[in-house]
Amino acid sequence: MSEQTNSTRTETAPTGANTGTPAQQALLAVLVSGERPPAPNALSTSLTFGHRALLKIRHVPEQLFDVTLFPIIMTLLFTFIFGGALAGSVEDYIQFFMPGVIVQSVVMITMYTGTTIRNDIEKGVFDRFRSLPIWRPSALVGMLLGDTVRFLIASAVMVGVGLLLGWRPQGGPVGVMLGILVVLLFSFSIGWIWTFIALLMRSSGAVMGVSMMVLMPLTFASNIFVSPTTLPGWLEAFVGVNPLSHVVTSARELMGGAELGSSFLIVLLWSAGFVLVFGPLTMWRYRDAR
Amino acid sequence: MNDLAIETSGLVKTFGTTRAVDGVDLAIARGGVHAVLGPNGAGKTTVMRVLATLTRPDAGTARVLGRDVVSDSKEVRRRVSLTGQFASLDEDLTGRDNLRLIGRLFGYSGRGARSRAEELLDAFSLTDAGDKQVKKYSGGMRRRLDIAASIVVTPELLFLDEPTTGLDPRSRNEVWDIVRAMVSGGTTVLLTTQYLEEADQLADRITVIDRGQVIAEGTSAELKASVGSGTLVVRVMDRADRPAARDVLGRELGVEVREEIDPSALTANVAGSAGVTRALTALEDAGITLAQFSLGQPTLDEVFLSITGHTAEDDETEAEEAAA
Repeated sequence: MSEQTNSTRTETAPTGANTGTPAQQALLAVLVSGERPPAPNALSTSLTFGHRALLKIRHVPEQLFDVTLFPIIMTLLFTFIFGGALAGSVEDYIQFFMPGVIVQSVVMITMYTGTTIRNDIEKGVFDRFRSLPIWRPSALVGMLLGDTVRFLIASAVMVGVGLLLGWRPQGGPVGVMLGILVVLLFSFSIGWIWTFIALLMRSSGAVMGVSMMVLMPLTFASNIFVSPTTLPGWLEAFVGVNPLSHVVTSARELMGGAELGSSFLIVLLWSAGFVLVFGPLTMWRYRDAR
Repeated sequence: MNDLAIETSGLVKTFGTTRAVDGVDLAIARGGVHAVLGPNGAGKTTVMRVLATLTRPDAGTARVLGRDVVSDSKEVRRRVSLTGQFASLDEDLTGRDNLRLIGRLFGYSGRGARSRAEELLDAFSLTDAGDKQVKKYSGGMRRRLDIAASIVVTPELLFLDEPTTGLDPRSRNEVWDIVRAMVSGGTTVLLTTQYLEEADQLADRITVIDRGQVIAEGTSAELKASVGSGTLVVRVMDRADRPAARDVLGRELGVEVREEIDPSALTANVAGSAGVTRALTALEDAGITLAQFSLGQPTLDEVFLSITGHTAEDDETEAEEAAA
């Protein structure tokens, strides 16, 4: 063994650029040509990471299950379970329920952001990203942007299913799209909670557990399924402050063609708050991510 | 500015109650290969992560290429590259996509990143595998791609964390050739390894780390000299003769003679060849037949044993127990 490696060493002794095997000359050539282009800006690096997320969808299409089948199942299940009981008929209920179930499904899907990041960190690819001379949050911003595309797919699928079931939004295509935009904005913002949790917890299972614990009460104790006036006072109060209720109200207003009320402003404030609090917290943990 | 590639002083990093790095001082010159040698859990990787700005030190200072790793981390990141112990690649993407992604992040245009990726795939003999997902790569291919990703823009200093762990001998030689080519191109390489042979083969200078502390530093020859100039290995023909042979050798050489796991082998660290000839003659006079004898430089394993008082392998199990 040592004889063999010794001879390798003599052969390939570093004596300058003009000697060595062809393979080594090729290596030297790429080293010399590795000149540094001008540094890219924060937007460009974020979009590059967004592109990475989309490439992953192309190579691992299975990850589209959660943004296609899951929302369809949610819509069908809840519409047919609650429809008759709550509104007398499926058709009547879906007019009320559709914007809410879009919000619920998309917000549930945002959890996967955290587990994806946790897995990436465990595999070591974040070591590479973190050692690059780029705007530090861009890897995370890019992931959230890529996820926003997934949320858009989920929303589109659900709108399709809703229309098939008899949903007739009064706001028209523009109203529906604006409503979805509000949902996407909110989802991007709460994504920062999951990025923070992903950097706090040591396993993707734990990340999932905590996310679930936060999301279950938020989605069910809201105005998604029923009007909060039927609830006991304390629960009605909670539903009133629950940011998800305001997202749902805004989406209902926009999709239903109604006047946009104060809920929209509250959604903007919550979204800004999530980014401003959990963005820096995430970046603080990101410095030492492992 | 100074001409040191790496300079640390009193570097400390603790994880919970474990002091992974416990007061490390390093002064590593630019150019060539510097190896950080130590068993699993010695703190090699943590030192490297601190130097590559991936982990912040709890105490002490570290300067890389003249820049502080905490206060000037972005400038450090501009000048260094890291190839981590576990491939720092996106396994779901193809090799080509990975290199293009890194190229874009360094500021190449779409077309520029594409052509840079082709150059690198070609130089690292990965062109045919370029469209395969990285998770389908062999260990050696993965490692080559990882190093290629580290030189999309040629770094002044390249960190290689255990670059050949888990590779077969052929892939390992390929990685060694790449490292030598990089050094001849002017890049400084800092590598960690738990293979003593690897440090011996590649490195100009070696820092030995154990339990978070530097325990020795020097060239391979210097480290070996600190143990004694050579090792005598003797294998007796008849195992029953071993205790007698041990007595004879001990008397003639005047040093400790160790019984190896091989039931017929004995080893001793000797100062020169003079006493050895006399000792071998004495064995013959005592009627002990030898199957084999050799006089060689001490291995770095022996260096490690003589400096730390325990072998690298012992420590590995301890570290694992501590982790469990």
